[in-house]
Amino acid sequence: MKKIKKIKIKVNGKLKVIKEGYNLLNLINNLKIPIKKVAIELNKEIVDKKKLNIIKLKTNDKIEIVHFIGGG
Amino acid sequence: MSECAKAIKLSGADIVTVAVRRVNISDKKKPILMDYIDPKKVTYLPNTAGCFNSDEALRTLRLAREIGGWKLVKLEVLGDKKNLFPEMIETLKSTEVLAKEGFKVMVYCNDDPLMAKRLENSGACAIMPLAAPIGSGLGIQNKVNVKIIRNQTKLPLIIDAGLGQASDAVIAMELGCDGVLVNTAIAKAKKPFEMALAFKNAVIAGRKSYLSGRIEKRILGSPSSPSEGII
Repeated sequence: MKKIKKIKIKVNGKLKVIKEGYNLLNLINNLKIPIKKVAIELNKEIVDKKKLNIIKLKTNDKIEIVHFIGGG
Repeated sequence: MSECAKAIKLSGADIVTVAVRRVNISDKKKPILMDYIDPKKVTYLPNTAGCFNSDEALRTLRLAREIGGWKLVKLEVLGDKKNLFPEMIETLKSTEVLAKEGFKVMVYCNDDPLMAKRLENSGACAIMPLAAPIGSGLGIQNKVNVKIIRNQTKLPLIIDAGLGQASDAVIAMELGCDGVLVNTAIAKAKKPFEMALAFKNAVIAGRKSYLSGRIEKRILGSPSSPSEGII
């Protein structure tokens, strides 16, 4: 049986283990995050939300997913 | 969250500031602001509260733009944690960058007319001087400076930070300001909904008073009833 390799990434500061070959869209969908209400940063660079499916995740990638909360 | 939405409605606010923060990925049931306050009804104003330098502020607002395509933002770069005064050098630098990137930047600043002018020249779309330190509730400490800023700019002038009660908002509006930004004074009042309503009425009263042209101040009394026909 072929073993699926896993990689470690950080999402909003928390360590997460995902399957190798996952792209950003897989990750966002997996987390059940409403794409329209968030912005996504990969290694401190803002990601174009239309290109999520072509960005493959690599070991040690740091992803930030942010949204609006109340506050002045 | 629903209390916050109710207070915003009662206050009649057109704009509500929002902060950019991490989505809670472990607790997906946590309520989302947009489910309570419709961005189509109240304008969301992403702001950089909590940023202490230009890089952090720029990062925050670029992310904010990505969330919803908002170009109207509030810039706030703080200088120190004790009195939360704005760091004006970083603020000025950030204003220039943001304006060049196409943002419409409303800028939290100190009440210095010269600095307000420089912000205007750097592309700010609104000037937002403090009344007093954030959350202090002291009201407008430097009315003269606010008046000078009013007289020198046609940009929207909004008093940001430091108001404590409804009468502070009346004073701001009577000085010719176009609006006030209030959080703590309402959120931490014993009766927030009543205070929200009080601020709404205060802003309306202050604006009308400003537009009505007040009487001149005199040192002596002047009878308000006609003296003719006196018995």
